[in-house]
Amino acid sequence: MFDFISDYDDPTLLGAFWVTVQLTVFSAIGSLIWGTLLAAMRVSPVPLMRGFGTAYVNIVRNIPLTVIVVFSSLGLADIFGVTMGAPDDFELQGFRLAVISLVAYTAAFVCEALRSGINTVPVGQAEAARAIGLSFSQVLRLIVLPQAFRSVIGPLANVLIALTKNTTVAATIGVAEAALLMKEMIENEAQTVLIGAVFAFGFVVLTLPTGLILGWLSKRLAVKR
Amino acid sequence: MTSVLYDAPGPRAKRRNIIFSVVFFTLLALLLWWVYTVMDDKGQLEWALWKPFTQSEAWTTYLLPGLADTLKAAGLAMVIALPLGAFFGISRLSDHVWVRIPAGAVIEFFRAIPVLLLMLFANEFYSRYTDVSSEDRPLYAVVTGLVLYNASVLAEIVRAGILSLPKGQTEAAHAIGLRKGQTMTNILLPQAVTAMLPAIVTQLVVIVKDTALGGVMIGFTELLNTRGTLAANYANVIPSFIVVAIIYIIVNFILTSFAGWLEQRLRRSKRSTGAVLGKDDVEEMNAAEVGGSYGTGAGGSI
Repeated sequence: MFDFISDYDDPTLLGAFWVTVQLTVFSAIGSLIWGTLLAAMRVSPVPLMRGFGTAYVNIVRNIPLTVIVVFSSLGLADIFGVTMGAPDDFELQGFRLAVISLVAYTAAFVCEALRSGINTVPVGQAEAARAIGLSFSQVLRLIVLPQAFRSVIGPLANVLIALTKNTTVAATIGVAEAALLMKEMIENEAQTVLIGAVFAFGFVVLTLPTGLILGWLSKRLAVKR
Repeated sequence: MTSVLYDAPGPRAKRRNIIFSVVFFTLLALLLWWVYTVMDDKGQLEWALWKPFTQSEAWTTYLLPGLADTLKAAGLAMVIALPLGAFFGISRLSDHVWVRIPAGAVIEFFRAIPVLLLMLFANEFYSRYTDVSSEDRPLYAVVTGLVLYNASVLAEIVRAGILSLPKGQTEAAHAIGLRKGQTMTNILLPQAVTAMLPAIVTQLVVIVKDTALGGVMIGFTELLNTRGTLAANYANVIPSFIVVAIIYIIVNFILTSFAGWLEQRLRRSKRSTGAVLGKDDVEEMNAAEVGGSYGTGAGGSI
């Protein structure tokens, strides 16, 4: 029944899911960094930075990820000649373009999650901290960030799960990840339902533990107010 | 202005903020200048490439039909997904374990799967086992994929909406002798629907964005797909992407603003219980947070 799976070796089933995992991990790291920078801008006292952060988030959140990913290939790479350090290796180039697109898109959601986390800290906490003479960095390090970080785990977990599912959009520019392999298999093999079930199972395996573990963690660490 | 992070600025902080502003402005200007020179280098600023968008042909032949298909798919998906979602959401709140658990399993299963997989599967399924014509198939497949995924997301919204109502509503309904079914249909649902309207409108944004997947992967003639035909005709890849992105931004911005307006209105209204499921609550939808103990939280729809 599962014979057809071994007919595919470029990539294999596990290989395709490994690419999905790699896309997720690299994009998660990148969007965490860029998202944190954006969040810092959005809450900063400098109006210009706040404006830039707000504009970025509102623009990027309202464009479909598919448009961004397809643009990275047809626009960035083909017209502007951004080859991501791999002008001849199209596989690697596609992978890297997919990662920066995912980073650009996901960072907007990371930024919003972080900002809402900071907003859950009552102003009184910071005022009390300033009143006992703590400096700016101490207020941030000892009072605000520890509380904000705890309340942000839940929302960030959801962003991570959505990112895992969003990596399938990379299939639109030919990155050999799970969704592209599924498209190829389901068009060529007779076992439509079985193939659907196999790939669905793969994604359930990837997203369910993330949700369970991080959901448990966010409940455990929640600040009781 | 005092925030959690910053006190009202004194003279030194004001000076520092000005320096930051200037540095940031310079960096931003450099970035914009770089984009401009690259665009200019590659000849993307030539009027010939932008001119089609000032004439009606590009709009009536490509962009507007594409946008119409995008909105049609999104609207159909929402209309079909809502009753399905309500059914599963209410089932998940049932007192009977054998209704609650299967409903929960179905919801969690479809929430954990990327919508692209559902579309690809639906497309192949229709081509093999049904006689849907090949012109209609992409629309059917896109709507099916969107319905399966969003029904499970809406189910969670419905559940959260019902759980957001004060407990007194159920208790009062029981006290005047209503049955469980009557309580749900006459008391809880009408209020929950009002409470979750903003969240439903916000979910529409996600649906509109997801239709673009069908355009690239299964040839559904929505906005992103017709952009390809347009760019092939006028050879204006970059301008067409920019115009299409702006159309998406406007459509989604209208939806988001509408959701925000609804939310504000509902929060102000004195007639309701004040329970509102805001537009930001959808993204943070986590079974653990809305009071369920059996949820896995494998949600996250962005």
